[in-house]
Amino acid sequence: MPKLDENPRVFLEEFRVKNAAEDYGLADDKWDFRKFKERFRIVIVKMDNLEMEFDLIGIQPAFANAFRRIMLSEVPSMAIEKVMIKNNTSIIQDEILAHRLGLIPLKADPRLFEYRPEGATEGTEFDTLEFSLKVKCTLNKTQTKDSFRPEDLYENHSVYSSQMKWLSIGNQGSVHKDNDVGPVHGDILISKMRPGHELDLNLVAIKGIGRDHAKFSPVATATYRLLPEITLTQEVNGGDATLLQSCFSPGVIGIDSNGCAFVKDARYDSCSRNVYRYDSIKNSVILSRIRDHFIFNVESVGAMAPHVIFTESIKILRDKCKTILDELSNF
Amino acid sequence: MKISELPGDEDSGLTCRTYVIQNETHTLGNALKCIVDRYEDVQFCGYTLPHPAESKIHFRIQTHETPALEVLKRGLKDLQRLCDHTLNLFEREVKEFNKT
Repeated sequence: MPKLDENPRVFLEEFRVKNAAEDYGLADDKWDFRKFKERFRIVIVKMDNLEMEFDLIGIQPAFANAFRRIMLSEVPSMAIEKVMIKNNTSIIQDEILAHRLGLIPLKADPRLFEYRPEGATEGTEFDTLEFSLKVKCTLNKTQTKDSFRPEDLYENHSVYSSQMKWLSIGNQGSVHKDNDVGPVHGDILISKMRPGHELDLNLVAIKGIGRDHAKFSPVATATYRLLPEITLTQEVNGGDATLLQSCFSPGVIGIDSNGCAFVKDARYDSCSRNVYRYDSIKNSVILSRIRDHFIFNVESVGAMAPHVIFTESIKILRDKCKTILDELSNF
Repeated sequence: MKISELPGDEDSGLTCRTYVIQNETHTLGNALKCIVDRYEDVQFCGYTLPHPAESKIHFRIQTHETPALEVLKRGLKDLQRLCDHTLNLFEREVKEFNKT
């Protein structure tokens, strides 16, 4: 086996997953902040308002996992928690309707709100957002004779999230704008109705965390994986090269002008072990992953940009330590 | 109270303690264990979630000489330092990325 560089690796062999012989699994290193600081790097690969991909390099899995867990279940966001139902004559039951409404992502920035104190029955302008949803389905009087499409026959037969109206409480009107608090997507279908059906609801949104209910989670997904690495140990060409190429995700293996296979970009490989099915090529490749190179994928639900969500998660972990430290000073 | 001591270690000196941390899970437990376990003088460090329906962890520290409390404080401080460093670095990278 050729000598690879010093990164800690895990090898994906045909029948097992193996650590490098001299690698004791990061467990025996003594904790040294200076050493950590020297090695630790962050590389942002892709970033927009909804999705982000970045690398944390040289970090222990426990910390990477802590950040991931916090993004999923402890970074707060706003969601509809209570629905006052004044009238619901549609066929969808009250509790199902309330649940559906709860899952609608809201644009409101949770950092501008406080948690509602435990036991409080009335919301204030600092911890509550109120919406109303009042829709009545009627027959369309001006319908064309021959049409049987519901959109021609009825008015308001589909209720969409865009029909929610924001009711500002107290001073909220000057702090928030109508566009900044409502649903992220206006085209979420809430219910379908027929003439005579009516919805008259008051929706109350509060700030909460994903641990309490998944609707409060600010991310659609937050995942990490280890950086894949593929090493060719001998020349692969001709028919074997195309075979090798077909064993990996598209774009991972390239073939040069001499018909010789080379590793183009292992980053987006799915790490399947298909190569090991073919005796002719299975010995010419080493599959491995770098054990301290974490590729994070954060996909926001829409209220906060993904980089803000990650920043918040770091702050939350830091504040946890701080609260406990403060308490320990009385011990 | 967020943190308290589990009784049972009164007679064994200051070097071993089990701390109960309320409203915490693997998120903090594992991250903190990862640091404390790597200190020079620590003989044993581990944590457990005694019951999935209860939101608390038991955090156990045993050392050769250093008081357990001191080790715990040092661990928390180091974790805090790690967060601060990650935060700074990340914000710098975001700024850098937005420039280009």
